[in-house]
Amino acid sequence: MHLHDLWFLLIAVLWTGYFFLEGFDFGIGVLTKLLARDRTERRVLINTIGPVWDGNEVWLITAAGATFAAFPDWYATLFSGFYLPFLLILVCLILRGVAFEYRHKRAGERWQLNWEHAIFWCSLVPAFAWGVVFANIVRGVPIGRDKNFAGDVLDLLNPYALLGGALTLVLFTFHGAVFATLKTVGDIRHRARSRATVLGMTSGVLGVTFLGWTQIESGNGRSLVALIVAGAALIAALAMNHFGREGWTFAFSGVTVAAVFALVFLALFPDVMPSSLDPAWNLTAANAASSPYTLKIMTWVAVPMTPLIIGYQAWTYWVFRKRIGTQHIPAPAPAPAA
Amino acid sequence: MNLALAPETLARWQFGITTVYHFLFVPLTISLAAITAGLETAWVRTGKEKYFHATKFWGKLFLINIAMGVVTGIVQEFQFGMNWSDYSRFVGDVFGAPLAMEALLAFFFESTFIGLWIFGWDKLPKKIHCACIWIVAVGTILSSYFILAANSWMQHPVGYVIDKATGKAQLTDIWAVMTQNTTLVVVFHTLTAAFLTGGAFVVGIASLHLWRAKRKQLRGEEPGEKQRHQIGAMRTSLRVGLVVAVIAGLGTAISGDSLGKVMFEQQPMKMAAAEALWETKAPAPFSVFAVGDVSKGHNSVEIEIPGLLSFLSHNNFSDAVPGINDIAAQEAARYGGKPEDYIPSIFMTFWGFRLMIGFGMTSFVAALIGLWTTRKKFWLAPQFRTGENEVPRLMLTRTREMSPFFTTWSWRIGILTMGFPLIANSFGWIFTEMGRQPWAVYGLMKTGNAVSPGVSQAEVLTSMGIFTLLYGILAVVEVKLLVKYATAGPDTDEKPPTKDPRLRLPSPGAGEPEDADKPMTFAY
Repeated sequence: MHLHDLWFLLIAVLWTGYFFLEGFDFGIGVLTKLLARDRTERRVLINTIGPVWDGNEVWLITAAGATFAAFPDWYATLFSGFYLPFLLILVCLILRGVAFEYRHKRAGERWQLNWEHAIFWCSLVPAFAWGVVFANIVRGVPIGRDKNFAGDVLDLLNPYALLGGALTLVLFTFHGAVFATLKTVGDIRHRARSRATVLGMTSGVLGVTFLGWTQIESGNGRSLVALIVAGAALIAALAMNHFGREGWTFAFSGVTVAAVFALVFLALFPDVMPSSLDPAWNLTAANAASSPYTLKIMTWVAVPMTPLIIGYQAWTYWVFRKRIGTQHIPAPAPAPAA
Repeated sequence: MNLALAPETLARWQFGITTVYHFLFVPLTISLAAITAGLETAWVRTGKEKYFHATKFWGKLFLINIAMGVVTGIVQEFQFGMNWSDYSRFVGDVFGAPLAMEALLAFFFESTFIGLWIFGWDKLPKKIHCACIWIVAVGTILSSYFILAANSWMQHPVGYVIDKATGKAQLTDIWAVMTQNTTLVVVFHTLTAAFLTGGAFVVGIASLHLWRAKRKQLRGEEPGEKQRHQIGAMRTSLRVGLVVAVIAGLGTAISGDSLGKVMFEQQPMKMAAAEALWETKAPAPFSVFAVGDVSKGHNSVEIEIPGLLSFLSHNNFSDAVPGINDIAAQEAARYGGKPEDYIPSIFMTFWGFRLMIGFGMTSFVAALIGLWTTRKKFWLAPQFRTGENEVPRLMLTRTREMSPFFTTWSWRIGILTMGFPLIANSFGWIFTEMGRQPWAVYGLMKTGNAVSPGVSQAEVLTSMGIFTLLYGILAVVEVKLLVKYATAGPDTDEKPPTKDPRLRLPSPGAGEPEDADKPMTFAY
């Protein structure tokens, strides 16, 4: 196995880890309007991810940074080619992060409502946009001989990619609803469970269409395995949700998210960004990679650090393992007397 | 195409706006994390409530600040690829590694443990809670090290070869990149400047409270119990801020001097531009003030200190320092093109350099004076000593207090000084990045060749407009919040947690039933 193949795997793991974790964060954000009935319930949902969302988002920073270091051409082509989608994602991540931190810092109705709108929209839009981005990567976009993106933003808004966006949006919301059943207590927990059933089934329909399409267009034997795992995990998640086994439901909804992205990366490999103009211009794990020396150093850093990071992040989830209900939400912070 | 709207110009403006903005938050984050950690440690060790209240107070301001630092940081990482894709392709093999290390070794620590710290007050034992903020503080420092190693490589590329087949930079020695003198000196300079910034920030806000309390006293209002506690917490904070600012200010000056010498050697053009030194001179003077004309290649008015520039670059008062015209001619001969292609904006570098030093050192001097005049006991007659919960008198000598006029102005300057290092930091970066032009990577890649060829003018205009607007709105929101929380002062009614929570409950879920419905001590 070449080092660049190992790094393709590591990049896939980082992106998949990001979507597993921020997937339910985005889902929770969307559910603040879809599930919560009032402000206290919205705060219950927001506080389930309060201590962890920032750590989850670092998976994105790491995935992007590692792509830059291990596959400079992949990073350069992707980020400059998908300029407007990335701009949209950035704006949303900025507003969403600030919204979590600032919403409770003032008591005014207008203030709190504005930030709540920000949390909803800025969770919904990236959840959709990431699907569009990865669907386009696997489908292939116009990449020229010079490795630069030669299309425009309308090339990215094709039906296949939009379907991919719809799938990630609904799937992340499902994952978020399952997370809510696991982390909340009281009425909202039960509603989250029945909402999860609907979202899970919708994900199934979208998943069969989009992943089937992907498998036929770009799939191979390996990606077929991921397709079967994704389907089985989703069915298992729905069954466990039906029986009220919340921990298992979350495990299986997580496997579903991971399998969907595994399918994308398995369908891609050994390419990293196929060109729709000429297969000779495809960016591949080999021709987009950094030198073996750089990859070796990065391996030395990533191999011990990744388990350590997973360890302390898991510990964080354990510290904040207690379920949250409306009774745990303190009265709005008294505004400091200025 | 209109040159003012050339893609390179637009991409540079966007990078400038977003980076200067991001760096308003970075130094405050680095220093406030450590200051908050220090205060919490003092509370854990002594159990004194004033340290607890100070920790909570500065911690809140720190969190308002870090939120902006984190979200504007994501833009930084994305825009290398978005706007500078040819740069990313060329340097990725070298430059990407420290960036990825920054994420793996620093960002994860910061972001995970900040969550534990914010929400963990009633979940974690005191010592572990305190350890969390220390991990955040160390994370911020590590993060600055990695990103500055990457930047230093752009200033002075080492440990690489240019691959013959691809024409790209290829890393050959990571150790050289991480430990070259440019990196080490820049890290030292940036970190000391960050602590000067945080120290001055604490001094400014503490001064605001103390001066407000003092004015009330002068009007004859005696402070109540709560106010006395606030004064106590702010007085301690003031001293902490002053000590930090003085030590860091001294460190900034020393490291700035070392950095200057490194730059004279590695980027002579930047330093000649910083001085508007058009012609090579021996001995070279230090220019205090100059008005010049780039097209004519000389200054029309200048005020100079003889020999000082020679000293700054070579440690003696007589050696020659090369001038702009000579260096530009050399670079043109070496890399092709006309000499004027190699001259950065003299106006920006010259004044950026002066504003950096001027504002930075003003806050250092202000802190030094403050440290002396607000002393508690040292060389102070007993009748002039003030209690822990009283506003200190500003004492010049053992028995001589500042006159009311100077006292008023001292407190006012104390408040104003919190803005000075922010200005100094911004101009420092504007100087160091603009002084490197026309190069993106010194001697290897020109900025004009670094932009994304596939990104249109309209796209860059869109993103630049959106970022500017968004950042502008967020600046207003952030400053309003900071003002609100800063002027409110510490909440001295809040009681510190008395007993440590147990991390492990006797059996899962069984816990302490009477506590099961207790509201969270902190919630979003």
